[in-house]
Amino acid sequence: MKELKASMAGTVLSVLVGPGDTVTPGQPLVMLESMKMEIPVEAEVGGTVEKIHVEVGSFVNEEETLVTVAE
Amino acid sequence: MTKTTEKTGYNERLEQKLATIFAGGHPKYHEKMKESNKLFVRDRLKLLFDDENYVEDGRFANVEAGDLPADGVVTAIGKVNGQTVCVMANDSTVKAGSWGFRTVEKIIRIQETAEKMQVPMLYLVDSAGARITDQLDMFPNRRGAGRIFHNQVRMSGMVPQVCLLFGPSAAGGAYIPAFCDIVIMVEGNASMYLGSPRMAEKVIGEKVTLEEMGGARMHCTVSGVGDVLVATEEEAISEARRYLQNFPANFAVKPERIEAKAAKAGRTLEAIIPENQNAPFDMYELIDQLVDEGSFFDIKKLFAAELITGIARIDGQVVGILANQPKVKGGVLFGDSADKGAKFINLCDAFSIPLLFLADVPGFMIGTKVERAGIIRHGAKFIAAMSSATVPKISVIVRKAYGAGLYAMAGPAFEPDVCIALPTAQIAVMGPEAAVNAVYSNKIEAIEDPKERIKYVQEKHREYKEEIDIYKLASELIIDEIVAPHQLRDVLAQRLSFYESKELPLPYRKHAITPV
Repeated sequence: MKELKASMAGTVLSVLVGPGDTVTPGQPLVMLESMKMEIPVEAEVGGTVEKIHVEVGSFVNEEETLVTVAE
Repeated sequence: MTKTTEKTGYNERLEQKLATIFAGGHPKYHEKMKESNKLFVRDRLKLLFDDENYVEDGRFANVEAGDLPADGVVTAIGKVNGQTVCVMANDSTVKAGSWGFRTVEKIIRIQETAEKMQVPMLYLVDSAGARITDQLDMFPNRRGAGRIFHNQVRMSGMVPQVCLLFGPSAAGGAYIPAFCDIVIMVEGNASMYLGSPRMAEKVIGEKVTLEEMGGARMHCTVSGVGDVLVATEEEAISEARRYLQNFPANFAVKPERIEAKAAKAGRTLEAIIPENQNAPFDMYELIDQLVDEGSFFDIKKLFAAELITGIARIDGQVVGILANQPKVKGGVLFGDSADKGAKFINLCDAFSIPLLFLADVPGFMIGTKVERAGIIRHGAKFIAAMSSATVPKISVIVRKAYGAGLYAMAGPAFEPDVCIALPTAQIAVMGPEAAVNAVYSNKIEAIEDPKERIKYVQEKHREYKEEIDIYKLASELIIDEIVAPHQLRDVLAQRLSFYESKELPLPYRKHAITPV
């Protein structure tokens, strides 16, 4: 199980995957918006999306869990 | 006994002694090294030097002790890429590479040799630290361990100093890597720490593993004390050789131009750079299109990745590149990225490596967290390093350059030799969204009809963009040139060769009070 965390504080702009989706390392799973920039948060490992912890518009702090991926 | 046999006898004694010295420590320690995928110190040196050739000083140190061959450190002079270098290399089969009186004296002497000869100094570190039993002989005295660090500081910026970390670098010994220009660490074996996990548990009650506290990956990703993370010792040595190819022997000599190579085949810059200022892209792909294929040497790749720093060749000419990475944290500058940029600039400036800034930066990070961490003093450190660099400085505004981000990336006020804009460049105190909001927020809120409000905001955005149009800035001589993206590599190659003769006198003073 690997938790994908926010690289910096910001707002969730879009969630690009859903539970059950297969993901590969480096694939963007969530887009954050911070400092007016679109910031992709990429999967560190390959696997299946177990849980999405946020929704579009949520404010997240740095290091907050966004997605859980089962390896 | 005849005279001849007497001589043979002398030689036999010498050969016997040499055999003991070359064998290093007890076989069980050699076995242990093999198990950890570590090489014996003399095998490391054979890989490092051209043609395996080197001369050694102080080889017989502590030979009378019997079990301390070379006193646990090999100090040698050899050639790397045809250039003479001095090396100290710990032998961890001898008392875990720990430092006694003669170990320290040998290290000091080889440093003095490097300084006298004005050649690079390499530190191949694999040491448990001081021999506490010998402390009065090697710790506090004038030619004790402190002198090693004193010499490193004195030699900093005079000759390149490179650390290859193969094993532990503990307590005071951890300052050898810290005073080097670059630290290459072998994952799984290299570590740096002031107090061991065992000491931390006893003294402050913290339970932690060695990897977590001072492992190679931690230092190359979190603390930033490490610069290059490698998988094997062979890779560490080949990376050190590759790094040194870009450097002159010392500060007074300029780096050599080498045979040029074409850039890697790939998409054009026009295709790589998104028009939308806020959309991410991979700056590495852009760098690949500017530099000679295979020449980019990434420094601190895994640390503060929002700022890329690396040395490369453009048309065979060496150049230090600082580039914002929009793909990571939006390319926003943080305290760590500022530290990374400042050290990299100091490194390049010391050894006459011209600087190329590729700006696509929304500015420095804002918010309580970074303010409390002193982002202002970190930013000042970055700007001070950039500002005081006297090597050729080329500033390229790739897309946005907002606020102090423009300053850090060698904006026009900091005397770059040229400030080039791509047609996608946008220079401003802040982006259109933030600026319109800052200036007209009261008016915007007062408009009740949502459609009218949107129309008003769009109109203000358009006006703002016109105000900061890049051709307007070129017309006002704020930027020096606008270049078609696909021509940028050729323009950079040409300018680097023109700026080769640049010389700037340093201001008359003892030294600046550098922000830290």
